[in-house]
This record gives sequence, C-alpha cells and structure tokens, in this order.
Amino acid sequence: MSVPPAVEVDGLVKRYGTTTAVDGLSVRVDSGAVTALLGPNGAGKTTTVETCEGFREPDTGRVRVLGLDPRRDSAELRPRVGVMLQEGAGLYPGAGARELLTHLGRLHRHPLDVDRLVERLGLGGTGRTPLRRLSGGQRQRVALAAALVGRPELVFLDEPTAGLDPHARHSTWDLIGELRGDGVSVVLTTHLIDEAEQLADHVVIIDHGRLVTEGSPEELTSGPGDDVISFGGPPRLDLSTLRAALPESADVREVTPGSYQVAGVVDPHLLATLTSWCATNDILAEGLQVGRRSLEDVYLELTRRSAR
Amino acid sequence: MTYVPAPGAAPLTRMVAAQVLLEVRLLLRNGEQLLLTAVIPVVLLGLLTAVPVVDTGEYDRVDFLVPGILALSVMSTAFTSLAIATGYERRYGALKRLAASPLPRWALLAAKAVTVLVVEVLQVVLVGGLGLALGWRPDGAMAAVPLLLAGTAAFAGLGLLMAGTLRAEATLAAANLVYLLLLVLGGVVIPFGQFPDALRPVLESTPTGALAGGLRSVLADGDGLPWAPLVVLVIWAAAGTTAAARWFRWE
Ligand SMILES: Nc1ncnc2c1ncn2[C@@H]1O[C@H](COP(=O)(O)OP(=O)(O)OP(=O)(O)O)[C@@H](O)[C@H]1O
Ligand SMILES: [Mg+2]
Repeated sequence: MSVPPAVEVDGLVKRYGTTTAVDGLSVRVDSGAVTALLGPNGAGKTTTVETCEGFREPDTGRVRVLGLDPRRDSAELRPRVGVMLQEGAGLYPGAGARELLTHLGRLHRHPLDVDRLVERLGLGGTGRTPLRRLSGGQRQRVALAAALVGRPELVFLDEPTAGLDPHARHSTWDLIGELRGDGVSVVLTTHLIDEAEQLADHVVIIDHGRLVTEGSPEELTSGPGDDVISFGGPPRLDLSTLRAALPESADVREVTPGSYQVAGVVDPHLLATLTSWCATNDILAEGLQVGRRSLEDVYLELTRRSAR
Repeated sequence: MTYVPAPGAAPLTRMVAAQVLLEVRLLLRNGEQLLLTAVIPVVLLGLLTAVPVVDTGEYDRVDFLVPGILALSVMSTAFTSLAIATGYERRYGALKRLAASPLPRWALLAAKAVTVLVVEVLQVVLVGGLGLALGWRPDGAMAAVPLLLAGTAAFAGLGLLMAGTLRAEATLAAANLVYLLLLVLGGVVIPFGQFPDALRPVLESTPTGALAGGLRSVLADGDGLPWAPLVVLVIWAAAGTTAAARWFRWE
C-alpha cells in the first residue's frame, strides 16, 4: 500500500487585491521526507504554507494536509501539525522561553521534555528573560522548538534558519535531519540554496507564485547540459574566439571578474578544446575544474528566466 | 532525544487550566498592568478616604468610594488590561500561533474570561479588605454580583473589540484614555450630582457610570438589585460582544 502524501496542493490560487501571491501552484509533499520550498522574496512561499496551516483560504484550488482540509478539519489537524511562523512570530512577549514551551506542551497529550528541548536548541542560557528581550535568532529558535514540542507528525517551518549565526544554522540543519530520521514530515521554506541542497529530499522552486521546477537536489543538478568546467584567468577575456571553437551545446561566460564557466555537455573533447584555446591565448587556466553544476546555478538561471 | 511523532491534544479542561495559569501569571508579572489593576485602586481608595478632597454628599466617604473603586477595578481588568494585553498578543502573533495549537478559539476566550474573573476576585478582596479596614460597612452584597458580572461582560466585549481591530499602540493609547476619562466622569470618585444635570443621564449610561451607580445603590443604600443600571450594562455587553465577534481580527 502506498503511503498517502503529507501535503497535496492542487492548482492553488491566492490573490490579495490585485496581487496574485500564488498562481496555480501544485505541489505534493511525501510523508517522512524533508521538502523545501525555495524561492526569492515574494515568491508566495509563506502564502502557500499558511494556506496549508489553515490561516488562509484558497481562492481556487485544493489543499489537503494529512488527507484533511486545513480549515474544515482544523480541530483534527492542529494536534498533529507543528507550526513555525516566519520571523519567529507567535510568541507571548512577556513569557520566558521555557515557560512558553511548557505551556504549549501542556496543550498536547505527549509533549517533548522541555528541558531537553531547550538544551538542544541552545536556549538554556535564556532563563526567565521575556521573549521580547531575546535576540532575533534566539526567538527564532524558540519558535522552532514551539513547533516541535507537541510531537507532531508534520511540521511547517517558515524560514527556520533566517537570521541564525553559522553555528545555530548548522545545529538547526542537524535537528531537521533528526526529525526526518524519526519519521517526521518536514516542509520548510528558504532562500538559501545550500540549505535546500543539504537538507531536502525534494526541492520545489517557486517564483511569482508558480512552480518553476522540482525534484531531488541530484535530479535538479544532473540534467543533460548541467555539467560545467570552471577556471580562473585574467578578468575580461575576449571569449568570442572560444565561443566559436566550442560546440553548439556549450557556452562560456564570465561568472565574476576573472572566473569563467563553460557549461554544456562536458566531455574530454570539450576539455581539450578549452585547454588548446588557453594555450593559444597564453592563459594559465587556474583552478581548472570539471564538475556538476551547483543547485545555485540552476536556481539563478531558472528564477532569472522566470523574472523576464 | 527522540522526535518520533506522538500527536494528540490534551484533555480540554487541562488545556483551559493551563491557559488560565499562563494568562494570570503574565498579568501579575506585568508592572504596568499591576499599576492599573491593583495600585491605582488601592491608592485612590486610601488617599481619598483619608483626605477630604471630594464632597460625597450624604454618604460617608468610604461608603461612597468603595463601590466606585470596585467599578474602577472591574474596568481596569476587564477593559483596559484585557485590551492592552490582547492587543500586544495579536501584534506579536501569539494569538495566531495559538490558533494553530490544539486549543480551540472558544476555549482561549473562556480562559481569558476566567482569568479576568480570577483577577477581579483578587481585586474585590484587596479593595473590600482595605475598605473594611477603613470603616466601610456594606449594607447588602449579593445583589452586587450580577452587576459585577454584567459589567465584566460589557467591558470585556468593548476591550476585545478594541484589541481586535486597532493596532496595538492605538489600543494602548485609547484604552488608557478611556480609563482616565471614565475614572473622572464615570461616577467612580466624583458623585454624578456634581456634574450638570444635562450630562447626568449620559454619564450614568456609560458602563462605568452604570456599574458604579448600581454598586452604590446596592452597597451604600442597601437597595435590592437595581434594574436600570443592570439593563444598561447588559445592553453594552450585548453590543460589545456582538461587535467583537463580528470584527475581531486574529492577525
Ligand atoms: N496579507 C497580505 N496582504 C497583501 N499582500 C500580501 C499579503 N501576504 C502576502 N502578500 C503578497 O503576496 C506575495 C507573496 O508573499 P509571500 O509572503 O507568500 O512571499 P514569500 O515567498 O514568503 O516571501 P519572503 O521570502 O519574502 O518571505 C507578495 O507579493 C506579498 O506582497
Ligand atoms: Mg515568507
């Protein structure tokens, strides 16, 4: 028997006045996996997630969470779903971290141990300090803990690592890995490509409320023509002769001054063409490297294309 | 530590009890709220009983003041403090986050109502106790209960209406302004008789005026349940809660 999806978004449209925040989006989130919604500011990530959380009603389209309707079946869903709002919102300003988590735990039947949760998120030092006085990153972590304390089977994390320092970010990544290991389904949003690449089983790239592409990080970076050769040289080289020498399927560009990338179907032939062009032009191709295109390359290319 | 899912809502009574405990704790911890709900009523009662600044006509000063200060206490808790706290909870997204928790909305409102009543009981003990120490001798008491309850409902409806429609800062300012105006004009410490006759019916039909006047006729005059103030309060309660239910925005 196949496991039903944790979340099914089908043709979702959501407008605010004249703005179309989500424009016919369809996404399927597998149970037990980590799914990342990746997209630039204003892409419609929060709107999508908050529709799944039952905060917003779709204009058209259908949303199912754990097979249920987020608004009609809210009472049944709320105990099963953990929610972290964007920017760590949703905290009582006057409560302490431990106090708030203990309280939220009491609303659930089998809450996590709050002391251990607080330690795990590095909030042990915040004591009784009211939440409004904690730093942005600390509040963010309290909000993450708040999403977990009720032992949900599905969590929605809206930019869980925004504003975190590198240590806290890695620790959060580890935590999300642990959630996955324990069978929790995770839906997170992010602008960070490396975050999506590191964490997610499935990446959904959205822009202007529409699906741009989706797949596992490997799938997204391993299509034909997704290989690259990168090398360094003097800035602002005239690339026209190289371009002429390259086969149709390949192209070269200066990514940043002095750093070049040949993208296309990379084979030994192509490499030879490149190095012989370098020899002719007396260029020592520094750091010459053959590799797979990064998710960042894919993301930038796709979102640039859809911006046009 | 394991995160293996084990979802489930706590029993309803436990959720409501937890919510009441949290709300009461947060309230008692908040300095400005305590100033409004405890310090000002106590200081006013003590000061104005000791120093003859207001002419209380045929009443003993303390007999006149205690009902008014009780009305002020109810207003400070059910209106001012409830509006400000709820306004900031809304602004910080706490209401929204709670709406995603297993606690049903009506249970959150019930918890807020119980919280207000708990604080009011503490206030009655505080104000009544101080009054007794200062020589207050109430004539009746039981008829005060429906008035206090109706007054609480009236103020809470209006407070939530404000908190759920205005920005938090606007709620803070407006709630304090209304508190101050009704402290002066609502028959709390200044008898209605000292205002122009034309103004009296208006002042007596404010929630504070109705509550203070009603409590005074029960506690100072020894009357039975005064229907006119009770009706005024019930009308305010109906209007306030209906409007709040209609326009309150959780985000
Ligand atoms: N409540 C609202 N009222 C009006 N417009 C809104 C509202 N919420 C979102 N929008 C608009 O909808 C679009 C999508 O917003 P959304 O918050 O979903 O984007 P996002 O992908 O989460 O962006 P970010 O990465 O900046 O958080 C934006 O153009 C935004 O201005
Ligand atoms: Mg967002």
